Amino acid sequence: MSIEEYALSHGLKKVGARPSLFKYVREAISRIDFAYTLASYGNEATNAKSRLGSWWNILLPTIQASTYGLIFGLILGSSKPDNFLPFLFTGVFLFGFFQGSFTNGASSIVNRSGLVRSLSFPRVLLPLSVIISQTIALLPQLLVLAVLLVIVQGFGSISVGWLMMVPLLSLMFIFNFGLAMVMARITVHVQDLNKLVPFVNRVLFYVSGVFFSLDKIFSDPDNIWGKLIQFNPIYDFLSLARGYLVNGYSVRPEEWISIVVWSFGIAVLGLVFFWSAEERYGRED
Amino acid sequence: MAAKTKVSPERKPVVVVDNAHIVYKVLASGKRATRGVLGGGLLSKKMEVREVHAIKGVSFTIYEGESVGIIGSNGSGKSSLMRSLAGLTPLSQGAIYAFARPTLLGVGAVLLPDLSGEKNILLGGLAMGFDKQDIYSRVDSISAFAGLQEFVRYPMRTYSSGMSARLRFAIAAAKDHDILIIDEALAVGDQEFRNRAEARMRELHQNAGTVFLVSHSMKSILDTCTRVIWIEKGELRMDGEPKKVINAYNKFVGTTTID
Repeated sequence: MSIEEYALSHGLKKVGARPSLFKYVREAISRIDFAYTLASYGNEATNAKSRLGSWWNILLPTIQASTYGLIFGLILGSSKPDNFLPFLFTGVFLFGFFQGSFTNGASSIVNRSGLVRSLSFPRVLLPLSVIISQTIALLPQLLVLAVLLVIVQGFGSISVGWLMMVPLLSLMFIFNFGLAMVMARITVHVQDLNKLVPFVNRVLFYVSGVFFSLDKIFSDPDNIWGKLIQFNPIYDFLSLARGYLVNGYSVRPEEWISIVVWSFGIAVLGLVFFWSAEERYGRED
Repeated sequence: MAAKTKVSPERKPVVVVDNAHIVYKVLASGKRATRGVLGGGLLSKKMEVREVHAIKGVSFTIYEGESVGIIGSNGSGKSSLMRSLAGLTPLSQGAIYAFARPTLLGVGAVLLPDLSGEKNILLGGLAMGFDKQDIYSRVDSISAFAGLQEFVRYPMRTYSSGMSARLRFAIAAAKDHDILIIDEALAVGDQEFRNRAEARMRELHQNAGTVFLVSHSMKSILDTCTRVIWIEKGELRMDGEPKKVINAYNKFVGTTTID
């Protein structure tokens, strides 16, 4: 009898072999409390040293949106989108949700290497906790957005359409999570990538129509760039949200198809991609 | 000189290490080589890849009810072997089989330095698979075990190295692990804590758990272990009764230092 047969016949398992995908997901779900707790403590820890604490979750995006409003409002002049302030705030807040998930998701494993080296748990909980943390930060911003919408558009603009933000943001959660899993693994292999993340963010910021209307710029329907940008899911997320929230913009139902396909596609891809390197996270090299 | 794995049919094995080799690929600059470099990338001509053979064909079988001391000089490969045992460093050759996933408790690893000890206990507990109610009710006993007193509410970055090692041990030892590897984690603790930790290790051991203890303190090893494995220069030098192996090791260390 070989040693392997001897070991296996006594119910021993090979160390370091990763569990099946199904088992992995089940184990991750059973420890979801950990992801949630890490997310809320993480938020607390980042703000612990500032006097205003978690108020920064609202203050920072509001200041950011106001700055863009001031600068681009002046530069764009008459070519700025209709109903500019609600248009801009919706864009900045939702894009911030994406950008935070993307940036912090990419470093979710490398930044928590201490945790990875000292405790064993399904590592997918780390990118998940980043997305939960970003969602916790987004919720008060949505409140600010609602107040702004009512101030600018009046009480009459409150509609049942606002409820569509729930499925929309749920899909965005799934999309962000999928992308975070992909980025988290790539960053473990090639840490240099972290340096490119801000640049990618910048590019996406400009091609997602955060502060200007892409429809206005690419008014010619045959423009190749205009068509390409339609493939950008972040643009679809923002454009749908504006369709429901901002007066003067309408919902294009085909964008729902786009974000559903993108979200679930990238989530499944991300999970498989992340899981297949599970045993390699936490190696000291 | 890889020792032959003896198989005794009447005892139940919990860990089987079968001809384990660990080879680190190290660039001359001191960094680990990436696959791209090894595969003949642009940089491969300039950089020299060296291989460090940290473990050279170690085999042993640990049976149920044993607690094992691992001894050897610095750099002998003890920690590398333990990391592989816990599934953190892949073997280059050979295999390790275990009854349950071994948990490694080592020095150097930090939890979340900006959070208080209390919150680290909660997080660590949840990560190890405690449910929420369970770990909340244990916070006090864990921090008492670590001897943190009022420091449990301070951020962990303010702790001394002894305090944070104690806390890590207390968190890991709160759970009845089937296989627990303690890699010099007790070295920084004071005598009082060491006694408490050794008592807990014996308790874990009695609950049918297997404990591996890597230590340079022969007294700790004698007090807690029923078997000792001596690793020297990546090879298994001796394996057996604690007193016998430790005597041989002391002799070896004595003569080499006189030289």
